[in-house]
Parts: sequence; C-alpha cells; structure tokens
Amino acid sequence: MSKTSNINRVDGFAKVTGSATYSAEYKTPGVVYACLVGSTIAKGRIKTIDTKKAEWAPGVLAVITHLNVDKPVGYQKAKDKHNFGQPLQIFKDDSVLYYDQPIALVIADTFERMQYAASLIKADYFKEEHSTELKKAADKEKKVDTDKGNDYHRGIQDGYKNAEVILEAEYTIPTEVHNPMELANIIAKWEGNKPILYTKSQGVEGTRKSVAGVFGIQAEDVEVHSEYLGGAFGMGLHTWPYEIAALIGAKKLNRPVKLVLHREQMFTNVGFRPYTIQKMGLGATKAGKLTGLTHEAVAMTSSYEDFMEGTVNMSRFIYDCENVSTRYRIIPLDTCTPIWMRGPGEATGSFALECAMDEMAYKLNLDPIEFRKLNYAEKDLEQNKPWSSKYLLECYEGGMERIGWKNRKNEPGSVKEGNWLVGYGMGTGTFGCYRSPTSVKAKFLPDGNLVLQCSVNDMGPGTATMMTAIGAEITGLPVENVIIEMGKSGLPKGPTQGGSATTSSVGSAVHDSCNLLVSKALELATQNPTFKGIAITDLTFANGLIAAKNDNSKSIALTSLLAENKLEGLEVENLSKGAEEAKKYSIYSFSVHFVKVLVNPNLGKIRLAHVVSCADIGTVINQKTSAGQMYGGAVGGIGMGLMEALEIDHRFGRPINNNFADYHVPVNADIEKQEVFFVNKKDPISNPMGTKGLGETALVGMAPAIANAVFNATGKRVRDLPITLDKIIETVKV
Amino acid sequence: MKNFQIIRALSSGSAVTNISKESSAMFIAGGTNLVDLMKKNVTAPDKLIDINGLDLKKIEFLKGKVSIGALAKNSQVAEDSSIKEKHPLLALALAAGASQQIRHMATVGGNMFQKTRCSYYYNTDMPCNKRNPKSGCGAIGGANRMHAIFGASESCIAVHPSDMCVALAALDANVLVEGPKGKRQIKFTDFHRLPGNTPEKDTTLENKELITSVEIPDNNFTKNVHYLKVRDRTSYAFALVSVAVALDLKNNVINNVRLAMGGVAHKPWRLTEAEEFLKGKTVSEEIFKQAANLAMKGAKSYGDNDFKLTLAPNAITEALTIAASK
Repeated sequence: MSKTSNINRVDGFAKVTGSATYSAEYKTPGVVYACLVGSTIAKGRIKTIDTKKAEWAPGVLAVITHLNVDKPVGYQKAKDKHNFGQPLQIFKDDSVLYYDQPIALVIADTFERMQYAASLIKADYFKEEHSTELKKAADKEKKVDTDKGNDYHRGIQDGYKNAEVILEAEYTIPTEVHNPMELANIIAKWEGNKPILYTKSQGVEGTRKSVAGVFGIQAEDVEVHSEYLGGAFGMGLHTWPYEIAALIGAKKLNRPVKLVLHREQMFTNVGFRPYTIQKMGLGATKAGKLTGLTHEAVAMTSSYEDFMEGTVNMSRFIYDCENVSTRYRIIPLDTCTPIWMRGPGEATGSFALECAMDEMAYKLNLDPIEFRKLNYAEKDLEQNKPWSSKYLLECYEGGMERIGWKNRKNEPGSVKEGNWLVGYGMGTGTFGCYRSPTSVKAKFLPDGNLVLQCSVNDMGPGTATMMTAIGAEITGLPVENVIIEMGKSGLPKGPTQGGSATTSSVGSAVHDSCNLLVSKALELATQNPTFKGIAITDLTFANGLIAAKNDNSKSIALTSLLAENKLEGLEVENLSKGAEEAKKYSIYSFSVHFVKVLVNPNLGKIRLAHVVSCADIGTVINQKTSAGQMYGGAVGGIGMGLMEALEIDHRFGRPINNNFADYHVPVNADIEKQEVFFVNKKDPISNPMGTKGLGETALVGMAPAIANAVFNATGKRVRDLPITLDKIIETVKV
Repeated sequence: MKNFQIIRALSSGSAVTNISKESSAMFIAGGTNLVDLMKKNVTAPDKLIDINGLDLKKIEFLKGKVSIGALAKNSQVAEDSSIKEKHPLLALALAAGASQQIRHMATVGGNMFQKTRCSYYYNTDMPCNKRNPKSGCGAIGGANRMHAIFGASESCIAVHPSDMCVALAALDANVLVEGPKGKRQIKFTDFHRLPGNTPEKDTTLENKELITSVEIPDNNFTKNVHYLKVRDRTSYAFALVSVAVALDLKNNVINNVRLAMGGVAHKPWRLTEAEEFLKGKTVSEEIFKQAANLAMKGAKSYGDNDFKLTLAPNAITEALTIAASK
C-alpha cells in the first residue's frame, strides 16, 4: 500500500463547508433568472400560446417561444434525426414531441417574479395520439445498423434450443431516472459572439462542441466551467435543451441568465435509463455446462434520436459458452431521449443474464456459484483475446466468506430467522476498461508546489483526489503540495467523465506528465554545480529535494534550483495515449454483489440484512474514494432492485411520480449492513498504474443479486423490476 | 407562486376574525404541506394567517385526559416522556411519519389537514375532483397503487396520508375548535369525512374554524400497542397500509381493544366491528385472523391496489400479534 492510497478527498472540506462553487452559484453581476414552461400534452402541435399575461407581469424581461425565438444558425444545418447527440432543438417549431417538452422560456429580474410569470403562460394544442408504452408499440420496433445494434452470433444461432436443459424467461426493467441532488443548472452569458457557460456537464470539451454546433461557432470560442458537480450519474453526458435555452435568452437580453430546472423537470427533460424488455434463452448439459445463450433486448428511445446502449454485450463474453446469439432492438416513443445511466446497458443486461443464470442453476440443482465456476471464461471468446487480468474467482470467494454463503440452502424458503424467511443471492457485474487520449500539464511553481491541470471534471468519484495521489506518488511531494486545476475549458484537454474511464485516462496522463516533469527537473539539476559529474540516473527527487543517490551531502531544493535559474516554474504538457500492446488484450473490471435478505411473506417486506460488494478493479488508487463509489453504486443497484420506477399514466403520456416523495430511492434505514471489498491486484496491461474501472461495475449485478436472494427466501421469481412488496404477497382480486 | 399577503395572528380570536374577512385566506402553521401545494399552484391563497405565535403549543395532563395544543410539533409530542408512557401508540405513529426534519416543523393541527398524496391531485394538468370539482377522477382507471379500498366513491378514491391521525382515531380523541360561531368539540373519527360527491371537502370543519387542541381521554393502552406501517421503503414513505392497535389485556384475555387503519380510506379507518369481535376473547392467531377478515368487509380495489386486499388483513393480524406479544 502506497502512502497516498488512503488520503482524504482533497475537495472534501470545500464540499462539506459549502465553499465549493457549483454552476448556479457563481457570482455573476447583472444575472437574471429564467425557467422553462413545459407542454401539458405528450404529442401534437402548439395551436396557440398565450404569453401576454406573463410578458406584462412585473419584472419580466423576456418570454421566448418558437414564435419569437432567434433561431441559432446551427438549427438550419442540423444533421438528420438519426444522429447521436443531436438533441431536441428547443423552440425550433410548434411541434410537441413529449410531455413537459419546453415550449417557453421566461426571464425576469428575480427568481420569484420569474416563477410567477411562468405560471401565467397557457397553451392550446392540436393533440395527436401519443405512444409511451413500450409493450404496446412492438410494431415500431427497429434494428439499427451500428456496432450496438447489429446481431451477434457465435457458433450455432440460438444454439441453446438444442440443449439438454433449457431455460427461457422474460425480464423487464422500468424507466429509471438519474436525479442527482444538484439539479441541472446553468449560468449563460455572451461576450460578443463567444458564449460563457457555468453548467452541469460531465465533459467540458463535449459541451463546447455541442454548443459550438448549435450556434455555428468554433468550439475553441466556447468557454465552459463545470468545476463541481453534485452528482450526475450520466445525465451530464448530453448537452440538453435547457442549456441552449439559457444561451438563447442570454444572447437576446445580452445579460447573464441563470436557469435551474425544477425537480419535476429532472424526471422529464434530462434523460433516463430506458425501459427495456429482455428475453433470455439458456441451454446447458445436465452436468451444468452452458452450451447456448441467447440474449434479446428491446428498449425505448425517443422519436427524434436513436439511443442505444450495451445491454446484451455482457452475455457475449462473461461465460464460457460455445453458441451465443444477441439481438438488440429499439422502439421510438413519445418521450425525451434516454441517456446513459450508471452501469449503462450492463446494469440492465446483467439483471436478465444473472437472474437467468440463477434460474438455470436451480433447474440443474446446482449452487449458483458452482454453476458459474463450471462456466468460467478463461479468455474473452467474443474478441478471442486473453484477459489482461481477471480476479473474478477472488471476488466470489471474498463475497461468499463475508456474506456467510455456507448458511445458504438451495431449497427456497428453507432457512428462517424468527418469522423471517432468509435468502441469499448473488449477481455478477462487469464493465469494459477504456482509456481516452488525455492532456495534462504538470508544473512546478517557484514555491515548490506542483500544479496539475486538465479540463476533466469530477462528478463525485474523487478525480481531483486521484490526480493528487498519482502526482504525489510520482514526484515524491507531500499531497498538500499538489494543486489541482480542472473542470474548465482552456486547460489541457481531458476526457468526458463517463464509462469508468477517468482514472485510466487522466491518471495515466498525470503519471506520464509528472514523470516527464521530474526528468526535466533532474536534467536541470545536472547542470547545477552541486551535481557536477553526476549522471541524471544517479539523482533522486523526493519531498522537493534533489539529491545524489550515493552522496547525501549533495542535494538541492527544487525551489533553490528554480530560483538559481531565475525560473518562474518548470512545466510539461503531454498527451497520453494507450499503448498498442493493450489492443491484444480484453480489459474488463469484474464485480460480484452478494445479498442476504429477510422476507416477511405476509407483508411482502424485504429487509436487506447484509450486502457485500466485491470488485476486481485492478490497482486501487484510493481506498476511501473507491469504497465510497462502491457503496454508492451498490445503493444505486439496490434502488434499481427494490424501488426505482418512473410510472407513466399512458392515458396522458406523462409521469405521475415525478418527485422525490413518490419516486423512491433507498434510505439509510433500508440497508442494515453493507460492506465492500477490493481484490486490489494490479492489471499488467491496462495503464501505467494498473487500474481498471469502478464507477459502473459498482452497480452492475446488484439488482439480480437481490432478485435471486428473494427467490431463495420465498420461491417467488420476480422478473420485472422493481421488486415491490405487492409482487411478493399473494394477490387476490375480490 | 402567486404573490400573497402574510399576517401574524396574535390570538386565536383575532386569527378567526382575520380569516373571516378574506374569501381565499388560509391559516399556516408548520407549512410542511401547504407551502408545497402553493409552489405547485395546487393551492393559491391571497392571504395567509400565520398562527405560529399563538399560545397553542402545550401538552397538558388534565383530569381524565391529555390536551395537546394544535401547534405542538409532531416531534415534540412524539418525544414527550409522558405521552410515550400514557399514549405510546400516538408516539409510535408520529415517529413513523415523514422525516425528522419535517416532524420538527409539522404541527398536530396541521397534520390533520394533510392533503392526500394522490398524484392526480398534485398535478394541475390532470383531472381531479378534489382539486377541481367536476373535472373527473384521474386515479380511477389510472395509477392507483396508493389508493383507497374502503369508503371511496365514483368521484374520488384518494386516501388520507397521516399516521398521527390513525392513532388519534383509535384513541377516541376529540378535536377542539374555535370559529366565528364560537367554540365546539368534534369527535376525531367524525373530523375527517368520506369523499361522496364532494371530495373537495376533506373534513367536517366549518368555514373559518381554527383547531385549538386535541384531547385524548385516559385509557389503559400503555403496553400492548403497536403501529405497523407498511410502505415501499423503511423511512420517509407514505403508508400503503398502516394499522394502529391498542390492546388492554388481562391474563391474555382482551379486555378492551382499538383498531384503526391508514392508507386505506379518505379518512383514518376505524375497525369497530373487528374491535367488538375481539373484546372478551383470548389472544390467538386464529382470532386475530378472524378479526382481520371481519375488518375487510366491503373492501373494493381498483387495479394497481388489488394487493391491499391481501396486505390489509395480513397487516392487521401482524399488528395484533406484535401488540399482544409486547
């Protein structure tokens, strides 16, 4: 364990004391307040929109609709509707494509006056028949010819059908929303033709490009600040219509405009995990060897964008199976476009796959772990490559030990504690390890501090802390001497924070830049009389002191070296890319979630008595922030398993539980004991630190673990999430 | 939200006088529900009479009863040591409601005016006879998982969301009110009403009346009591079904019993027939099950809430069993 592997979150103090500045909190002289008014129908056209009362209300500066908007020039050259990342073009015309679609922007001098004026806007519509129910829109199912959309076959197509033992089952997950505590928010302003945004984004560079596209300007001319995020979970991966609306308003008034979505709008306007129906077909020998696996998914998208995710991909490689088929289809519905939500695709897919594996284990009368071990994949059969590293077995062992798997009995309902039925379940998770080209500038200041700069931002996992730790490790400086500058444009270009790739991408870039910077400092030192005749390889750098390896008496402080050379600092900016060598390997993180539930079958009450999450994520850079991510991801998976569902009243095409009182996420009292555990073994291939990814795999596999535990406790197989109490108790209609 | 005036009342008399002058004036105490409703434009009063300055916060143990001021905070009552000792059922029900932060703000009187959590009531674009009479009931044929199985009508199947009120109904409390016509007393079980054709009226309180206190007569329900709240998460969720049980046992024989349910009707639902059945009987699972079945007479479900027909009797049996075993 290195000296930095357990450091505190470097921005923790700023966050808990309120001194961290989130987007809408920037002090902006002359700022005015805006909100969006949404449509009250799910599909149709605006017949009339009455904005007069709002315009005449006190303090109102502007009301913008499709009738009076100055359309951004990018609207004209928008690509066809099947282009990814082509969001709804706000106020483009009179069409209404989903419920609560913004139809007006109201700007006033105070927050209260803006709110009141917004309540005065009334619209009439030409209503059209809407379609919001996936199960009733099968006729609109379509195959999209992309990497994600193409069918996959290995061996015999649907080969599971020829097996000795066959399992076929259908699984459903409802729409889930990200809804981080920090609402979607922006302060937008213009300096001439150059926009400045303080906004909630997971990728500064991505936001620059999107905004540039809409307004027909260069990405380099877009200034974006997104230093702190109060969570995002994927919703910050898109540039949303509200951001464009604020920019349109700011341009019209030539004043800074602040726009914060209402909590209700967070359920309707900034994406969600799509409702998905999955069909599994598993075939095995009586001895427990998988011979065929077919995984089909049908997911919702919006009418104007084809959103797809890797729902069926895990089934192609996670188990050793000769015949594998996957199919993925989407169905356009009258809603906002979905967007990646933590563990995107895999979280949905693992629910179907890992429940089906559990069901098959029961058919074969095998322990679920035993069944998985019988089908352990020694290499990635999809890519036909060796794993860079795989410690999945260690995750199984660690979890079994901690949860007390030996107390599990295969017969459902056969273990009791008092009046409670006891059940144990597990589910496997995985996520690819990606690495994006990233630039980091590393700079020694005259005072000896190290500054690390990158435009990457930190939605919560502890990116700044990770950068600090790696920078301190490489330079030998105390962590207190490392200063991080991040989350804004103009800094060396970092990646979007997503896909569990930040540490691999940015951490590697910090690693490389700091190594180069240390070399540069040592190079400078060789020219200093102190080290006359000593080769650079015989110098060390630690704690701000350059010294000769073999002669303690010869040393010079970095600060003195810089002063003697009259330098304002010493810096290196370097672009890091992954090595070609990595392409020869299949690089994945693995996780296993274990759950012990207690069930009262009369009340349908499910208690999470014990939850253990184990992961193989390569090297753990920071125990605290990693554990924090794992706890949080696991809790997200628990929400998916037991509570979360955006309920739609399809008669109206609108959600009915779009608030935090009715859309449930777990509370502390729901989880009685929770543990996390990392294998913490370096991956030899992934990147210089040997890390893999964590954020996604922390959630993937939890929902099936719960469903499997509930079955073990009760004998009830719930295949449609969430597992609410009504699905446990016997329902009789009177 | 709409601009409004707020004035602070100095006495209950002046509060009543003030509210009488304005057609759309409302009292505000903790504001934990009203402010939400105002933000969502469900309720839009021109004037609020702030009654928080009134001397109505005391919990007083008088001869034969306890008097709880209408402005006593939910947390204050739940944590009062004498209430815990003499009326533990009330303390349990209060602690099961909302969150600690909300309980610190919410008052006893205000809690009685909690509006239903029916989604159609809260969304002003949806039909709802309670919010907008004659606009229809969105919940019938719609999302009605939370909704009533007892006493509903064709105009409304909403439920009353309070936990506290279920306990007060079980404990035969009385509500003391002051209005333009003077003071009067209302039986707690008569305070809330069934929807009928006028679901816009939640209570039998007359126009401009102010609740000043709630009184609970002394009883022997100090040990074998339980408040079972069945909900979708362990804290901060409204009841799908809740059961308040108070047993007075002598050698395992039920000397006296009170039973009420929450989350099943437009008002706290007292189970008088089941109570009568249980009186004088010896505690047993079988007896509890029979009582639960009796309690379900006349129950009717609406689709999403079909499960309550099973859950409710199971919850009654469970709550009785737990109370009896204390």
